[in-house]
Amino acid sequence: MPKKSFRQAVNEALRQEMERDPSVVVMGEDIAGGMGAPGEDDAWGGPLGVTKGLLAQFGRGRVLDTPISESAFIGAAAGAAATGLRPVADLMFVDFMGVCFDQIFNQAAKFRYMFGGKAKTPMVIRTMYGAGFRAASQHSQCLYPVFTHIPGLKVAIPSSPYEAKGLMIQAIRDDDPVIFFEHKAMYDDEEEVPDEAYTIPFGEANFLREGEDVTIVAIGRMVKFAREAADQLAREKIDCTVLDPRTTSPLDIGSILESVRETGRLVVVDEANPRCNMATDISAQAAEQAFDALKAPIRMVSPPHVPVPFSPALEDEFIPSVEKIGAAVRSVMAAPARRAA
Amino acid sequence: MQLNRDDLLRAWREMRTIRAFEEHVHTEFAAGGIPGFVHLYAGEEASAVGVCMHLSDRDVIASTHRGHGHCIAKGCDVKAMMREIFGRAGGLCAGKGGSMHIADISRGMLGANGIVGGAPPLVCGAALTAKVRGTGGVAIAFCGDGGANQGTTAEGMNLASVWKLPAIFVIEDNGYAESTASAWSLAGDPVKRAEGYGMPGTRVDGRDFFAVHEAAGEAIERARKGEGPSLLHVKLERFFGHFEGDAMTYRAADEVARLRAERDCLASFRRRVTEAGLLDGAALDAIDREAAALIDEAVSEAKAAAFPRPAELLTDVYVSY
Repeated sequence: MPKKSFRQAVNEALRQEMERDPSVVVMGEDIAGGMGAPGEDDAWGGPLGVTKGLLAQFGRGRVLDTPISESAFIGAAAGAAATGLRPVADLMFVDFMGVCFDQIFNQAAKFRYMFGGKAKTPMVIRTMYGAGFRAASQHSQCLYPVFTHIPGLKVAIPSSPYEAKGLMIQAIRDDDPVIFFEHKAMYDDEEEVPDEAYTIPFGEANFLREGEDVTIVAIGRMVKFAREAADQLAREKIDCTVLDPRTTSPLDIGSILESVRETGRLVVVDEANPRCNMATDISAQAAEQAFDALKAPIRMVSPPHVPVPFSPALEDEFIPSVEKIGAAVRSVMAAPARRAA
Repeated sequence: MQLNRDDLLRAWREMRTIRAFEEHVHTEFAAGGIPGFVHLYAGEEASAVGVCMHLSDRDVIASTHRGHGHCIAKGCDVKAMMREIFGRAGGLCAGKGGSMHIADISRGMLGANGIVGGAPPLVCGAALTAKVRGTGGVAIAFCGDGGANQGTTAEGMNLASVWKLPAIFVIEDNGYAESTASAWSLAGDPVKRAEGYGMPGTRVDGRDFFAVHEAAGEAIERARKGEGPSLLHVKLERFFGHFEGDAMTYRAADEVARLRAERDCLASFRRRVTEAGLLDGAALDAIDREAAALIDEAVSEAKAAAFPRPAELLTDVYVSY
């Protein structure tokens, strides 16, 4: 099976779905790039080259460059979805939700409910997230908890190129609005990705490793870090289950609880700021529903409650690391077993 | 579009239906039977009907929180609308939307909108659908003088021009954004704003159904021919408060009475068509009675309808989850 980058995997998913379904259109700032300028067409193919080549194949009618005007084109994607297209809109950095959030959470997310089940809004918003690019506070956040909070939205956070292709095809075919998170530090990650189209269902967690001591739930880029930590811990005879929820809405809490009931220990790794993030949500659900199975306090590995800093020295300190995950797992292993009541 | 006798009768029926609907909602709200917020369209009927007379189900409109008139003009079922406003089962939105989110996508009515300035970006999308699929449809954003000042309206107008969309922005300027006068809050001139975005802008007297109908016809024809968006700045009057329960202390003491006497689009229409001998008073009176009876029925049926079952709280969030 050929190896492909995360960037190629997303590109291939978009291309195959546009070939399959003429109602799929892509739109965004510099999605082709160079619109109206004297130089090359498809100059950028998206800010980081993810949509490169779509213009040549599908033309300007379906590959729509936009002005820098997120309210207008994210809202247009919602209006287009409600009237018969399947738009994939590129909200370049998720931090930019600040200038278009109304169109996402008050409009697209609520059409179906507010209109008594008579609306369908099959749109995808692709967006980059995450720290590690030295991009500072307004281009580095992990805002998926905000979207997860909103009923009516689905949230997909692929953790590898294989996952990215399957989840993107699922997102496009899905009849609900999906926010699709792409970690900007993962575009050059490579793994084997099938050439043919395939889907990965939403709400089904992926068990990447099974161990009987500790359950590690990790989101997005943190899945890779959690696997590395688990490899190191295995050498210390600590066997971890590593679980990737893939989507935070719907969330496969059933698989998480099942694993916690087996291991009795839970560490949740989330790159989002620590207050009201996925780690707190998953921990709360585990505490509420599997308290009796816990042998140690739940541990959350998240950045501190600060904006993402610029300086590499500070940013590296901000991002959860393999070492911090390892330390959290060791601490739950060291915790004394809870006394029976 | 030339207006024949049937068109005139239809226009009158729709405007009278909207007026009767709003007058009844006013009364029922005061009596305490309607939950939540309602914002009434009475006084503005010529705008919704003058524009929507040109449209069919392939065309899409999106509206404001003052949306009942747009719904009726776009062909939504008035009885289902009334049930919705009363929060009952069988409401147009199953009782989940209410007055501010009343919608019927099957009729090309993409919703009233609780967010001021919510509609223009959505309408760009509906216009894009028409363009990509080649349906020949147009999409129209109704927006108040308040919504005209939202960035979404500015962005929507820019995008509609850049993409050359079959979109029309209808700014219904009833003189007040909530309690704030548009004379103060609307800087410059909306028609010049349109020019600034490279689209034609026309000011229309919203008391005059015929003027609205003609200006909308030109804008819609231009959009259907692929020549891009337009803006109409419709100057009209709001006979009730911003919301029901609004004491309107910010208005002059005799203002509404004077507007009802001098600036009523229905009275103006009736005078025009009877004086020109196009329709006789008896035909109009008959329609008035039918419209009133229809709304009476809608109200009594709505009040008799059941409330949604508690289990419906959890349905219709997603297509699948």
